[in-house]
Amino acid sequence: MFTVLLAIGILVLLSLIFGAILGYANVRFHVEGDPIVDQIDALLPQTQCGQCGHPGCRPYAEAIANGEAINHCPPGGQATIQALADLLDVEAVPLDGDHGAESAKRVAVIREDECIGCTKCIQACPVDAILGAAKQMHTVIADECTGCDLCVEPCPVDCIDMVEVGVTAKTWSWDKPQGIAATSLNIIATDRQAEVTH
Amino acid sequence: MQTANIFSFHGGIHPPENKAQSLQLPLGKPSLPSELILPLGQHIGQSSRPLVKVGDKVLKGETIAINNGFLSSFLHAPTSGTIAAIEERLIAHPSGLSDLCIILTPDGNETWTTLEPLSNWQDISKTDVLAYLSEMGIIGMGGAGFPTQVKLQGAHKNPLTHFIINAAECEPYITADDMLIREKTLELVLGIEILQHLVEADNVVIGIEDNKPTAIAALKSLLIKRNSKIQLAVVPTKYPSGGEKQLIQLLTGKEVPSGQYPADIGILCQNVGTCVAVHDAITLGKPLISRFTTLTGDALKNPQNVEVLLGTPVAHLLDYADSEKKKLSRLIMGGPMMGYTLDSAAVPIVKTSNCILAASKKELPAPAPEQACIRCGMCEQACPASLLPQQLLWFSKSQEFEKAEHHNLFDCIECGACSYVCPSSIPLVQYYRHSKSSIREAREANVKSDLAKQRFEARKARQDAEAAEKEAKRLARQKATSSKATDAKKAAPAKVAPTAAAPISDESKKLKVDIAIGKSKLKKLQKLLLEAQENEHIEEINNLQLQVTDQEKTLAALEEQLAKTAAEAPVAATATTTAKPSPAPVSDELKKAKVDVALIGVKLKKLQKQLADTPDDQELKDKITAFEVDLKAAQDTVSKLSESPQPSSNAATPEPKAAISDELKKLKIDAAIAKAAVKKVEKALKKAEEIQAPEIESIRQQLQEAQQRADELEKALANPQDASQKTEAAPNSADADAAKKRKIDLAIAKAGVKKAEKNIQLLKEQGKDESEIEASEWPKKLIEAQEKLATLEKEQATEQTVPAAAAPVSAANVDADAAKKRKIDLAIAKAGVKKAEKNIQLLKEQGKDESEIEASEWPKKLIEAQEKLTALEAEESTPAAAPVSAPVGKTTDAVTKSEAKAEPEMDLANQIKKEKIAVALAKAQINKLNKRLESTPEEADSIKQEIASTEQRLHSAEALLEKLIHSQTNMQENR
Amino acid sequence: MTEYLLILVSTILVNNFVLVQFLGLCPFMGVSGKLETSIGMAMATTFVLTLSSLCSYLTYTYILQPFGLEYLQTISFILVIAVVVQFTEMVVHKTSPLLYRVLGIFLPLITTNCAVLGVALQNISKQNGFVESILYGFGAAVGFSFVLILFSAMRERINVADVPTVFKGSAIGMITAGLMALAFMGFTALVQI
Repeated sequence: MFTVLLAIGILVLLSLIFGAILGYANVRFHVEGDPIVDQIDALLPQTQCGQCGHPGCRPYAEAIANGEAINHCPPGGQATIQALADLLDVEAVPLDGDHGAESAKRVAVIREDECIGCTKCIQACPVDAILGAAKQMHTVIADECTGCDLCVEPCPVDCIDMVEVGVTAKTWSWDKPQGIAATSLNIIATDRQAEVTH
Repeated sequence: MQTANIFSFHGGIHPPENKAQSLQLPLGKPSLPSELILPLGQHIGQSSRPLVKVGDKVLKGETIAINNGFLSSFLHAPTSGTIAAIEERLIAHPSGLSDLCIILTPDGNETWTTLEPLSNWQDISKTDVLAYLSEMGIIGMGGAGFPTQVKLQGAHKNPLTHFIINAAECEPYITADDMLIREKTLELVLGIEILQHLVEADNVVIGIEDNKPTAIAALKSLLIKRNSKIQLAVVPTKYPSGGEKQLIQLLTGKEVPSGQYPADIGILCQNVGTCVAVHDAITLGKPLISRFTTLTGDALKNPQNVEVLLGTPVAHLLDYADSEKKKLSRLIMGGPMMGYTLDSAAVPIVKTSNCILAASKKELPAPAPEQACIRCGMCEQACPASLLPQQLLWFSKSQEFEKAEHHNLFDCIECGACSYVCPSSIPLVQYYRHSKSSIREAREANVKSDLAKQRFEARKARQDAEAAEKEAKRLARQKATSSKATDAKKAAPAKVAPTAAAPISDESKKLKVDIAIGKSKLKKLQKLLLEAQENEHIEEINNLQLQVTDQEKTLAALEEQLAKTAAEAPVAATATTTAKPSPAPVSDELKKAKVDVALIGVKLKKLQKQLADTPDDQELKDKITAFEVDLKAAQDTVSKLSESPQPSSNAATPEPKAAISDELKKLKIDAAIAKAAVKKVEKALKKAEEIQAPEIESIRQQLQEAQQRADELEKALANPQDASQKTEAAPNSADADAAKKRKIDLAIAKAGVKKAEKNIQLLKEQGKDESEIEASEWPKKLIEAQEKLATLEKEQATEQTVPAAAAPVSAANVDADAAKKRKIDLAIAKAGVKKAEKNIQLLKEQGKDESEIEASEWPKKLIEAQEKLTALEAEESTPAAAPVSAPVGKTTDAVTKSEAKAEPEMDLANQIKKEKIAVALAKAQINKLNKRLESTPEEADSIKQEIASTEQRLHSAEALLEKLIHSQTNMQENR
Repeated sequence: MTEYLLILVSTILVNNFVLVQFLGLCPFMGVSGKLETSIGMAMATTFVLTLSSLCSYLTYTYILQPFGLEYLQTISFILVIAVVVQFTEMVVHKTSPLLYRVLGIFLPLITTNCAVLGVALQNISKQNGFVESILYGFGAAVGFSFVLILFSAMRERINVADVPTVFKGSAIGMITAGLMALAFMGFTALVQI
């Protein structure tokens, strides 16, 4: 009987000691906030469009840090999802269609003769990229526009168009070569997809 | 002539040269094509800005586009003719995309514009020569199209140890430089000497491959003949010895460090074509309008070198060299190693096109299909940049760009040696190019997202600050009303003792704030005074000094008051209860009433505006009158409501000082105005005495009157109790509260304006540029606040006209207020002008040249502001006449008489002063414009136009001035 | 001194815990995808292994042995290891949030890393002294880190290489691990005891 009690007592003692150590460590190494949020935020496209359902990129970054899915950002598209997946070491998943589809880069353009100068779009713009004053025609600073769509909705006369930014000779980039698969000259039999039959 | 040491570089390949074909025939000169296509982006950096319009006739060598920023270039008409269009055309670019081009239809006359060679290039400053080179459109003709003057400027960063002339021309097929050296040996050497002078280089080496014996011989004999110090280094033929970094390594043994430029290690490299172009520009005055290009390939019957005008379509050249359509399988711009396939022969020759390769199928077969890498390592052996092509390939394939960068992907010169030797025919360079552009894109996206984030955060911070400010204001208002309420409560006998402490501390706080504001005002005034003293504006000095003393006085009074309240405080503090003041019900009602007033006012304004548009609308007029009645009723309630707590506090008189202080202040201001009037009259008297004018007597009388009034006021000031009672007894005391309210509104509006201005200032200090400031909401707010201020002032003016009928004193006040408002507008406009001028100055100091300043918005803004200013000044002159006709002088009160008399004269004097300033400004601007006209003759037209408009303005200002002076003398005579 | 050196050589190379004793294969396969991650994991494991072998030695010698409770060794070692892992997790969370994030589930999983318990138990069965225990734990950890980092570097290169489709992913990883184990067998003749 004594042995049993001794064994239990020793184990309890051990647990108490270790519990005390952990308790101390918990206080000593307490983490204020989550610095990972900054890193996630840096990967997001900063369009502040709110398509993820959060009011801006940083709130979404915080949500991701708290375990939200990484595929809610249509402006960032697959590239952002990949980057997030790499950072957080999770599986890269396809974009969640509920939050919108990935589209080419766009900028807002105000049809200036139709603008009534209501300043509603100015208030909506998250990056202050719309210029104008009350009763004055407004215009979009194209370089600053993130193409977030947020100004389109409030416009009472629907004079804002989202225009795709085309590729010019200056912004053009080289294509990736098609690689070996396209040439169907694979040496290893299993790589020849057409011939793999069961 | 000396021979230089030759080193060697890692890697390199020996592809078949194929240079002989194009050297069979002598230099050809193709005929003029039916149109020349001149892309605006022939160089690295920003596209040029077209200077011509469609339909313009241009002469050969005339500038048709100017640079657009630092890394940009000029463009000239290659021949005389008409500008047919400025439109998107296919350009020579690997993407096969279009870009903006100027289309020139030649008239066939080849009429040169007047050429102005820079014959004294040795005597004038090097910066001027560089600017001249830039204006001649000279860019690096080796391939990248880097503006030459930028490169030469960069060479001054470090002491130059080597100046290398690149004549290697290592790529197969191309012989343009070879032919250029043969044809233009002397021009080349002279061009090198000019460049040598410009960069102050002692050690000049021409690097040339040993496969150009004729060119080498020609150069050698000329160098010996000229007894030149230029060294000739004949390097063994190896691709890519013509690469800038490789040639540097060949000739100096030094390697350009990763991520740096040759200039960083004291080396400058220039292509032979560039040297010849520099020579042509400086000694002949010819801009860069043509170049040597090799036409070669099996598909051409007569492969040869041609001197071709820029903008000539490739198709025209193919015709010239008799291309065989059947044989032609691939058209390549550039060489077979680094060139790119052209989708269309419609693209034009640009400044960097050194070769057109019309290859047959046999000559350049389609690339073999890519196979798996067998890790043979031949690419590493061939790489002239000592990179690890295989590693780079893996990283490029798996999109691990970070690692690719880590393996110095950006040091790859895309020479194609690795692809050439690859036994698996992997298009390595294409992978690298893709990775590079992906990385660049990602970087740009990163920069953009950082910017967006910054802007978003700035906006958020601003919104938060605004909300906080609003909240603070709301609290302050609440506090103010509640303290008023407690003041009222204090009068009630039950609560006299316990609540005493809180209101006193509130009072002292308010006083302290007042003092702080007063102090800052004083400081500002003193600063202005100093400035005025420096600039010797006597009138302004007087004015300012008056203001300063006045300010000092109020400050002293305030401090005294504070001391008193502070002394009272400890006594009251003995009472322990510090019950939180709760807002009285009266204040709520007051607020509501005020809101009503504001709402009605807004509606009224709207209607009035509508009325202005349609003056005959009876319905509108009716509505307006109805609203006006409403407004008055609402205002009455406001004044009643705001009055109600006021008398009770006055009746209680726990601190009579505070109650009186307002009156006191008013009195003081009046006294100051009177004093100013005295001084003015004195001055006028002096002047009159000097010129022995007949109206001395009348002025003397005025002076006496003014002094009398000043004395009276000062007496009143001496015993404020008296004065306050007097003022309370005055008939307009009933309106005092309403006026006060309006004044408070005014003050708030003014504060709003100030705040907006301050914020704009802050933004500027933070180094944000104008566009950012504009993007922020501040300018908008400023305008809004200014508008509000103006309307408030107007309202005040109209309000005051009502009692004006009864009391002639306030009639003068009305005008004074209106004048004040106008003056404020004027001041704002002036500030605008000043700001614009300052900004232009700043830009100049930053070394921006005239054209850049022109490009910025400031000059335009300056002119706009000046226009507004003159308009305002003109406006002011009209109402200034009004008081003259008013029968104010008939009033029996001597004081008002003197003031009324002094007022119009003062206005006139001010007016005259302002006109003089306007005239001076206009003159200054004309001077400035003339100066600019001298410095930039190519903008003559627009500048002349500006001068004309400014002169017009000057004339009108002068006319106005004359009129004013006339009316002044008239008035004096009348008196 | 020679003895200590021999312990290190034995644990790192000859009796490598992963490739020879096949302990701790879970993190070896799981966290070797990226070099940075595997370095972090290696460091965390080194810390935990050394500390837990020390703690378990102390627990065994000064608490269990005096009371004759040797049969409680497994349960108390698990307790010790769990605490050390928790402690490490807190430290890592504080000092390197990214590493904490990247290590993810593997950090708490060190608890169940059989190499950790294995070292503690082997320390007892080999009757190692205080210093020997620490060295044994440290050596085992270094050996683990060594092969883990080597393996992840290899896997990174394999990932970008043209691997036949059927072998892509874990398959080629397993083959590589097997080849590595074969290679480590060559160390067997290094020390003759």
